Order: sequence, then structure tokens, then C-alpha cells
Amino acid sequence: MPSLKDLKTRIESVKSTRKITKAMQMVAAAKLRRAQDAAEASRPYAERFNAVMAGLAASVGDSDSAPVLLRGTGSDQTQLLVVMTAERGLCGGFNANIAKLARSHAEDLRGKGKTVKILTVGKKGRDALKRDLGDLFIGHVDLTDVKNISYEDAQDIARDILGRFDEGEFDVATIFYSKFVNVVTQVPSAQQVIPFEVPEGTEAEGGTLYDYEPGEEEILADLLPRGVATAIFSALLENGASEQGARMSAMDNATRNAGEMIDQLTIEYNRSRQAVITNELIEIISGAEAL
Amino acid sequence: MANALQFDLVSPERRLAQLEATEVQIPGADGDMTAMADHAPTITTLRPGILTVTHSGGSDDYVVSGGFAEITAEGVTVLAEKALPRGEMTQEVYERLVEEAQSAYDKTKETFKNEPGPVDDAAKLLSDMVAVGGHIGLSPKQPNL
Repeated sequence: MPSLKDLKTRIESVKSTRKITKAMQMVAAAKLRRAQDAAEASRPYAERFNAVMAGLAASVGDSDSAPVLLRGTGSDQTQLLVVMTAERGLCGGFNANIAKLARSHAEDLRGKGKTVKILTVGKKGRDALKRDLGDLFIGHVDLTDVKNISYEDAQDIARDILGRFDEGEFDVATIFYSKFVNVVTQVPSAQQVIPFEVPEGTEAEGGTLYDYEPGEEEILADLLPRGVATAIFSALLENGASEQGARMSAMDNATRNAGEMIDQLTIEYNRSRQAVITNELIEIISGAEAL
Repeated sequence: MANALQFDLVSPERRLAQLEATEVQIPGADGDMTAMADHAPTITTLRPGILTVTHSGGSDDYVVSGGFAEITAEGVTVLAEKALPRGEMTQEVYERLVEEAQSAYDKTKETFKNEPGPVDDAAKLLSDMVAVGGHIGLSPKQPNL
């Protein structure tokens, strides 16, 4: 039976925990709005871009002269997994879910005898995968200092990946991130970026015959690296919104749990206080009766 | 309006403009071109330069740095890597852009020592970027080629 003082300190400590989780929830809510706006603002670009790319890819097709980024290296032996997670924890299952998806992919590929390499973006993913797959890491991108994700950040990551591709370090690259559906639902997803694959749900530009200036292939060669950057940029923004959404609901739960705990502890505290008072009264009464 | 076309200017980070225009002047990689309604469908890459949109209320200028434009009979969609309304283009922003182009050029020169292709491309980008400054009346910085 804890003493009254113990109970009181526990109630106080849970109360301050609740204050912190409440504050974190509100911060996450504010950040979520911004992240969501950013993700939405980037959508028109990505949609148009993918539509044009789909048209180009269809017209250049599988011809031998097609750029390697579209055609692929002709092999899928070495796979690069780009695992994008948050820099911070305390956001429910957000990081763990992405890591889990990446891990099962990696194991699947390894089971098929492929070589797997992993590039991590965000500290939490690296920490989660380090123990099992640490020997497959080939690099890490740190975004701790980045407050608002800009297109340049995505370009830097894309440049890093493309540089490795040019050096023949891998054949296929897939990015792992979490798609933002709504505050309570975020779906961990995988998307192949090299060779270029038309993302699902893109309407190909059908029927229109375009003039290309300069040539079709020059444009494609110019656009493909941008496509990688664009895919990474959208993934980073989706991730940003998902992270805040996940944190918001996690902190909401934590706040509620703390509230319940405080109620329980308060009841316990009142009961034992009552017991102490009753005890004292009995002592006084029995003392008086004895006289 | 038969002679109007739908104009969209989007960068990865935001949508800058969406309006009905009468003509759009685009800094294409192979030279400037002006798109009006019923233009043949064309896709072109952009060089750093000034994009001018003429609409019923006058005309707007935007500074774009690379990207591409999709022209159809009904409209023009410009997907710019970076785009700014001309008014937001201050000396400071301009210098940063030139600096970026310069460092990209230096890096390319370092990596592709014996291949003129990519180095020339980067040099062109840099000088285009410098030329933009001259066009809008900012003091251009001399490129270090």
C-alpha cells in the first residue's frame, strides 16, 4: 500500500506527463496542417509530371536507344532500398511500420538470391534496421537540421542515388515511405524509382502527338533524373504529413491514458486518505471509551 | 473566348499561377517561343529565363530556372524547377541562384574533366542564369568560367 505522499507525487508526475503529451499533440496538429498543405501544393506538379513522363515513356518504349533510367540495366540483381523515415520518435507505429515493410522486402529479395543495399533517410529508420540489416547499409541522409523540406533536399538525395546508379552500384531502386491518408491512417508504401515506372493512378496522355523540342530522347534524358527527384520530394512530403498525423494520434492517446491514470490514482488517494481519517477517529473514540 | 488559353505555372513546391491568358512567351531550351491558342502540341525543356504571360489584365513576368513546358491547343502547362514572380527576384535571390549555378558548374568540371558535353551544358546554364539578371535590371555577376 503506497503512502499518501507517494500517491501524491505520482499524481503530480502523471499530470506533468499529460501536460507534455498535450503540448506535443497541439504542436503536431499545427505542424500537420503545414505539412498537409505542402504535400497538397506539390501534387499538381507531380501529377502533370507523371502524365507527361508516361506519354514519353510509352512513345520511346523499350527501344535500345532508350535511356538506362527508363529501360533499366537489364538485370535486377542488385537492389537498392531507400528507407525514408522520420528523424524523431514518439509518433506511434510510424517509423516501425516503414521499417517493417522495408525489412520484409529485404528478406524477400535476399531469399531470391538478390544483393540488397540500403540507403536510409532519417535517423529512426537507420536505428530500427541497424541490428538485422546493418551490414547492408551503404549510406545515410541526415535531415535533422531541415525544418521545412524543400525541393533542393530531394534533389540532393536524388543526386546521391543517381551518382551511385551511374557507378553501377545497383540495378533497381525502390523508395519506402508512408502515404498520408488521414490523421489516423498512414499506409507504408514502396515505389520503384529506377528504372522509371509510371506510378499507379496516372492517366497517360493518350492520343495527342507532341512535337518535342529538342528531341524526344534529349527531353527524356533531362526529365528522368528530375523524375527521381520529384518522386523523392513527394515521398518526403507525404512522410512529413504522415509523421505529424501519427504523432498527433499517438499523443492524443497518451493524453487520454494519462487522464484515466490520474482519475484512478485520485480515487486511490482519496480512499486511503479516508482510511487514515477513519483510523484516527477510531483511535480517539476507543481512547475516550477506555477512560 | 476563342483566342484564350489556359495557363498553369507550377513548381514542385507550389502553384504559382493558374489563369486564362492570350499568349505565353516561353524561354525554351532551343530558343524563345510564344504560344497562343491552337498552338501545335509541343513539349519543350526550359532554360533559365523570363516567362511572360499576357492576359486580359496586362502581362506578368516570372523568372524560371529549368524545367519543361507542355503546350496543347487549349493551354500551356509550365513545370518549372524553380519559379518566382519577377517582383520577388531581388539582387540577393539572384546572387544565390547564380552562385548555385556556379557551384554546379565547378562540380561538373571536376567530375567530367575530359568530357566537354556536360561541362558545356553546365556552362550554358550558368551563363543563361547570368543573362537573366541583365534582362531584369539587376547587376549581373560575371561568371567564372
